[in-house]
Amino acid sequence: MVLAETAGAATGGLEFLWQQRGPFFSGLLGTVELSVVAGILATIIGLIVAAMRVSPIPALRVAGTAWSGFFRNTPLTLVFLATSVVLPLVGIRFAWADAIGVDTFFIFAVIALSTYTSCFVADAIRSGFNAVPVGQAEAARAVGMTFGQTLRLVVLPQALRSVLPPLASMYIAMIKNSAIAEFFNVGELTRFFDDQVRDHPEHLYAEFIAVAVGYIVLTLLVSGAFNLAERRLAVSR
Amino acid sequence: MTSVLYDNPGPAARRRVRFWTAVSVLALAAVVAFVIWQVARKGQLSAAMWSPFADPGLWRQLFDSLFATIKAALLSIVLALVLGAVLATGRLSDRAWLRWPAFVVIEFFRAVPLLLLILFGLFTWGPPLSFIGTAIGATPPDAFAALVVGLTLYNGSVLAEVFRAGINAVPRGQSEAAYALGMRKTAVMRMILAPQAIRMMLPAIVAQCVVALKDSALGFIVGYQELLSFGKRIYQGGADIWELPQPPVVTTLIVVVAIYIVINLLLSWLAAWLERRMSRSRKLAAAPLTAMQTGEEPVAAGPLGGGEPPK
Amino acid sequence: MKLKRLLAVAVIGSLALGTVAACGGSKLDDKTKKDKAASGSYTIVKDPKFAAGSTMDKIHKAKHIKIGVKFDQPGIGYKNPTSGKVEGYDIEIGKMIAGQLGLDYNDNKQVEFVETVSKNRETFLENGTVDLVIASYSITDERKQLVGFAGPYYETGQDMLIRKADKDKIKTPDDLAGKKVCSVTGSTPLANIEKNYPKAKPVALAQYSDCVTQLQNSTVDVLTTDGAILLGYAAQDPDHLMVVGKPFSTEKYGIGMNKDRTDLRKWIDDRLDASFSDGSWKKAYDLTLGKSGSEAPNPPTLDRY
Repeated sequence: MVLAETAGAATGGLEFLWQQRGPFFSGLLGTVELSVVAGILATIIGLIVAAMRVSPIPALRVAGTAWSGFFRNTPLTLVFLATSVVLPLVGIRFAWADAIGVDTFFIFAVIALSTYTSCFVADAIRSGFNAVPVGQAEAARAVGMTFGQTLRLVVLPQALRSVLPPLASMYIAMIKNSAIAEFFNVGELTRFFDDQVRDHPEHLYAEFIAVAVGYIVLTLLVSGAFNLAERRLAVSR
Repeated sequence: MTSVLYDNPGPAARRRVRFWTAVSVLALAAVVAFVIWQVARKGQLSAAMWSPFADPGLWRQLFDSLFATIKAALLSIVLALVLGAVLATGRLSDRAWLRWPAFVVIEFFRAVPLLLLILFGLFTWGPPLSFIGTAIGATPPDAFAALVVGLTLYNGSVLAEVFRAGINAVPRGQSEAAYALGMRKTAVMRMILAPQAIRMMLPAIVAQCVVALKDSALGFIVGYQELLSFGKRIYQGGADIWELPQPPVVTTLIVVVAIYIVINLLLSWLAAWLERRMSRSRKLAAAPLTAMQTGEEPVAAGPLGGGEPPK
Repeated sequence: MKLKRLLAVAVIGSLALGTVAACGGSKLDDKTKKDKAASGSYTIVKDPKFAAGSTMDKIHKAKHIKIGVKFDQPGIGYKNPTSGKVEGYDIEIGKMIAGQLGLDYNDNKQVEFVETVSKNRETFLENGTVDLVIASYSITDERKQLVGFAGPYYETGQDMLIRKADKDKIKTPDDLAGKKVCSVTGSTPLANIEKNYPKAKPVALAQYSDCVTQLQNSTVDVLTTDGAILLGYAAQDPDHLMVVGKPFSTEKYGIGMNKDRTDLRKWIDDRLDASFSDGSWKKAYDLTLGKSGSEAPNPPTLDRY
């Protein structure tokens, strides 16, 4: 009896989700778009900050540390709020983006998400470099390799291997964090949930599970890709 | 200092470093000055914009709202410790029917955005559990319940993996010796592994408190009256109340950010201090888990990021 | 480690600096600001006559009433971030009724304002946490099944808040084409705009107050929701913001109470009727929402049942 009812509700939920597949996939696409753009930007900023933090110049190290310390200890919600409020206040509204059909708030979201994530990228990269035994580079320099050769042939390949796992976790965390963008006018997966719950509260569970599965698939894709890369780079040690 | 990337600088390199230090200090100062000038140009940093923060009435309510933030973070971290212990026990169990559900629960709540959980909670567990919020004096009580349960599910799952890593980090010889003495699994866990693991995990647990405190700011989205909500109230109605030429947006954000950073730095120091104390202690068989290894965002991530599925 | 300490010192230092600067900046006008808080005075009936055993009689004798209001809606029900007092149009209506019950609304032991949010209003009334709910509470047939409604005491509808500079550009919802129209994510007003004015560009943010900040920043052009809520925001910044004033839907705010207290409901209807004609209703409006620069509307027709 109860089983039959549950089965009925489940098929009803599936039917409903099939009808809403259009908005669902456009929400999923929104999450992917935001994550890819913010991910690329976060990697670039993170590389710069990491380079600053391992550089021989103390002033750059301090600046890099301050950057990391700031974003590590500030809630992402607050970073989003500050970005979307302060930038237009000082006159930065990205009017040119509107002209090419990109919403101003999407750019705010990219900035907020990527600056926040960059500090974790930087930390992952830095700890990867620190994981390479000093002797490796010393040996390379001892046999007469230049700085570029040492970096390219000895340090980077080893650092990359220990950077990949934390980096993967970070991109996954970023995809999940991108949900906050819903409240800053980005049409993404969590927004799909909110809109559907407003219009069709009777399918609450189906909507929740669909959106959760969407995120799980995205995170699985990222960790799968990184696992593949790790296996490519793996050497027997 | 020697690093992987470069040797100790010689005289020529030291000169180069000095030169580039000067250049980078100038460049950084220019960037900072430009940002401050941009904001100040709009009158956002004038003395009047700071005047709300000279008002003791405002600070009373600001501390109330900070207390609301701490209430949510603290309650959820305590509940998360309990949930994490339960889930980790299941995950480490010899019985597959305990191991698999624990694995699924842990991986599900780590893979789903916390915000989605909180929003879902607003429609499900929030209203029936709102009595918790009422008892604690949090407004609105259902948003508080949705937030705390969401934080608990997420942090509990992360902590479960921390616990598991901690137990697994205790050298095998410890449990082997205990088994050799004829102890049962529960006794080994309770008397040998858990005491050692807990001490190792303390820094990671404190680091997770930082995560919970930061994530409690999501409460503002569901209307929970916490620090960030109150900050917004200051700048939103501030111009009218203190008769300012414009809303004190930047000054308010600076104060709110500073409060979060100060509290989180205090927690990070606590974690670092614990880490140092632990690694000094002779009684430990293994090195403590650092915040980097566990608590913070990197590990608090997705399905395959953490442990392998149980066999 | 050292760097972290440096960072913290810098942060604490800037905080302290901020406070010092603040002390330098604020003058002695603190009093005027706090007194400015909208607060009217209403008749406190010395010795009101109620039928023995009636709800009004019980409240009067207990010298205590709990009124559920909003704490986060400027101009309607708003907890002032400096004085900690609640103020706004709904509060004024509450004070007016409390006065008629012979209670001193300046004494928070007699008249207690409690925060209610949209989701817990019905529960609060059913379990007796509050006696009345005056919290931009729309009368609907669905809700009438659960609670008793006196009033309506205010009639409003979905309206538009705009920058004064755009006064000639945005006059009706038909002018919204190409304009960025802000409201709360997942809210009905936003759904209305998406459905009926597809040429408008909807912007969904977390709360109405976020939309107001973006409106002041010129990142969005319009904030749309209940006119009363908009008037409250306009009253906070009357130099720059204004409400268009042509609602395109109807909401009727009522005073909610326990469904079984029919005597109280009918009595409040009579008091509201009296306030419409003796000017105290208009006074409540002028002190709060009226600061937006919009004239007081005509009193609504009571829905007695």
